[in-house]
Amino acid sequence: MTDLSLLQQITDYSNRHDPYPLYARLREKPVHHDATGPYAVGGYHLVRALLHDPRISSERRYRTVPDTAVSGEQGDDTGGVLPPNFLRLDPPEHDRLRAITNRPFGPPHSPHRVDGMRGELKTIVTDLVDALDGDEIDLVERFSYPFPVTVICRLLGIPREDESRFHGWADTLVATLDPLPGQDATERDRSAQQARIELGLYLNGLIEERRKTPGDDMLSQLAVGDGPEGRMSSMEVLSTAALLLIAGHETTVNLITNGMLTLLRHPEVLERLRADERLAVPLVEELLRYEPPVQMIPSRTPITDIEVAGTTIPKGAPLWLVVAAGNRDPKRFADPDRFDPDRVDIQHLGLGSGIHSCFGAPLARLEAQLALAELARRLERPRLVEDPPPYRTNAVLRGPRQLRLAIDGVRR
Amino acid sequence: MNGDGWLEQLRREGRIVIVGASLAGLRAAETLRDEGFTGSLTLIGDEPCGPYDRPPLSKQVLLGMASAEHTALPRRRELDAHWRLGSAATGLDMAARRVKLADGDEVEYDRLLITTGVRARPWPHPAEAALDGVFVLRGRDDSAALERRLAAGPRRVLVIGAGFTGSEIASACRERGLAVTVAERGSAPLVGALGGVIGEVATQMHLDAGVDLRCSVTVTALQGDAAGRVRSVALSDGSTVDADVVVVSLGAIRNTDWLAGSGLGAGPRGIACDAGCRAFDVRGIVTDDVFVAGDVARAPHPLFGYQFLSLEHWGNAVEQAQIAAHNMISAAHDRRPHLWVPAFWSSQFGVNIKSVGVPSMGEEIMVTQGSLTGRRFTAVYGHQGRVIGAVTFDHGRWLPFYEDLIQRTAPFPPPFPTMDPPKEGAGPRPAGFPDPSVPTHGPTVTVSGYSPADRTVAFTPGRA
Repeated sequence: MTDLSLLQQITDYSNRHDPYPLYARLREKPVHHDATGPYAVGGYHLVRALLHDPRISSERRYRTVPDTAVSGEQGDDTGGVLPPNFLRLDPPEHDRLRAITNRPFGPPHSPHRVDGMRGELKTIVTDLVDALDGDEIDLVERFSYPFPVTVICRLLGIPREDESRFHGWADTLVATLDPLPGQDATERDRSAQQARIELGLYLNGLIEERRKTPGDDMLSQLAVGDGPEGRMSSMEVLSTAALLLIAGHETTVNLITNGMLTLLRHPEVLERLRADERLAVPLVEELLRYEPPVQMIPSRTPITDIEVAGTTIPKGAPLWLVVAAGNRDPKRFADPDRFDPDRVDIQHLGLGSGIHSCFGAPLARLEAQLALAELARRLERPRLVEDPPPYRTNAVLRGPRQLRLAIDGVRR
Repeated sequence: MNGDGWLEQLRREGRIVIVGASLAGLRAAETLRDEGFTGSLTLIGDEPCGPYDRPPLSKQVLLGMASAEHTALPRRRELDAHWRLGSAATGLDMAARRVKLADGDEVEYDRLLITTGVRARPWPHPAEAALDGVFVLRGRDDSAALERRLAAGPRRVLVIGAGFTGSEIASACRERGLAVTVAERGSAPLVGALGGVIGEVATQMHLDAGVDLRCSVTVTALQGDAAGRVRSVALSDGSTVDADVVVVSLGAIRNTDWLAGSGLGAGPRGIACDAGCRAFDVRGIVTDDVFVAGDVARAPHPLFGYQFLSLEHWGNAVEQAQIAAHNMISAAHDRRPHLWVPAFWSSQFGVNIKSVGVPSMGEEIMVTQGSLTGRRFTAVYGHQGRVIGAVTFDHGRWLPFYEDLIQRTAPFPPPFPTMDPPKEGAGPRPAGFPDPSVPTHGPTVTVSGYSPADRTVAFTPGRA
């Protein structure tokens, strides 16, 4: 372990259950750089400043120095089949695609979309909790995972009878974001490629259908909607839909699972939430600070040499913005390692900041609030079977692979 | 008595009076309680209602999307305060530490905070201003009354002045499908705040939205019918526009009239104070018991050449109120400076406009990202070789970066490339602000007396 550099330790799987002491070491210097290549920043104020810096690109083409600290590019959900989604684009293309995508999703054009789904989300949550049985459950498999996939299906307008096929493709694609040690990479890549093609064909068929008979789902509106930004090409609709599918639920799975894990480690907070579901709102904010599902943004590249607190980060170098380290920066938050849902000063980086700040944030917040409140209210005497639970290998999208809970039953 | 003991007593059982029960007054009161002030707290306001939020009044309320009555400011905490609403302050006796009220009452204080803000500049001819259908827009009632009239479907609305408020009103009218004419004395909308280059973009926004925009003209008369209703407007170019609603949007006047003769350094430009929010008296001596915050305050800012800035900005009101409240109950060494970087936003014609710094100090402007014609861009303002301000149209998420450049006095023009480089070409050009020698509303100050003991200062209000 001592042979590993700090960045290698951060990505090393054996530290996945608690990377926070390593983040504290990362914050000791404003900019961390070692032989592995990337420049990493963990202080709150610098991370935030760099997220707003127009000299830093999100596009891959500016990279001139390879990033050897992590194997494979993170979050590459389209595998080169589709054009880059807006998460991987700079303005003006980013702005155009994000604006078109936002038109059917949020204010000013669709101010009620997310809130209008509240009743439907509640029903999905209730049904999933109703279906829990046995005295031990894996929360990820039975709840945290199926919930957001079902939601994204409803949002995009995937017909219910197709939801199970959609779940299958989503499973396969998400698995590629989480390479398991010892797994046959060739076989996994082949099945992922197959899933991408099938998903693409399926979505393409659906888009064609919606072009003829549009509904009020997002896919229809992406396919036919037009505003001042114009209309998306078919390929752009596909890559945007794929982005919404992957980014729209992988993170929420972790937010909900991390949330339940944190609550079980803080039983007094779980008790308060059981008694008053309104606590869910500040609790989820604190959770996004304390255990953010996206731990770092490793895909940024300066388009020119930039000076950051005395260090020059050269043009083309990989730049990691470690938002989870910023969220625990004692120069920004008092007693940052304490989970405190009563915190008033909570301008965290858990959903990013700047133009790429989480597109689905309002939906993710609502999903997590409803899910945690319902779990707290209905699970009888939940206990962690193992602590820490087994984690996914991914250092960027960090969360438990399983969360086994012993319960005495489910309140009806 | 030792100073610290007095301060302790002030914090425990002192009397603090806040004149001005709006955003700044409310936030100051909350801060006082947050910081442990347990004495008596009185808030005096001339309006009968509690503090409310103003930004929606020229936007959502005029569109009929929100009701003016539902703009009450959220309270951050319980206050335990004595509210004297609906009774304006009419005078200040600094020696006796008393505020006089319109109802004849007097309120004593140990510390006074003035947050009386501004009011809309009225149409200068009272008889014309009194015509039915002539409005100003500042308070909640103004907004509700104007909205009712817009909802009734006037044939044409005429807006006098194309600053931020005037432009927002024109935008709301067009969104409601109403015919609207805008008359602006300057060469373009927003030219005073953002200069001529941005003014051109604003001009195009008005025209594209179907506004009948008349620039470089003044309104010479409002004409009414026999029933006292406004009917038409005469312009300095000899033309006449028929309109049954006229909105006078000529900026604001600071609410300092009630301080006339008090000896406080108060005039049409506001109340001068130091960076710690302590008011100056007319002789330029700082007081120690009278504090000022919000739109009515004028404070020196080191980043901007120690100029006395008065800012009609929502964020400034909050920040300055909190600093003032803190300093009112703190010892000298614990006081904090108000070093806020000016920032404001506007929403008009479907575009979100944001600004930081002081663009109007800029001699030059340079577009750094996006496209002026696309109305999605960032531009920075340069003053003597440094970045002094920035403005964004639908590009607000970049602003923190530019705010940082302003705070670090970064060189202008910025020497680095950015992504999304400007479509129409980079490079600085003149910002196009109106000639500053054109008369403003500033007062004249005269100094008299020979020895330090009898030297005095007198204000002569400038022409409005």
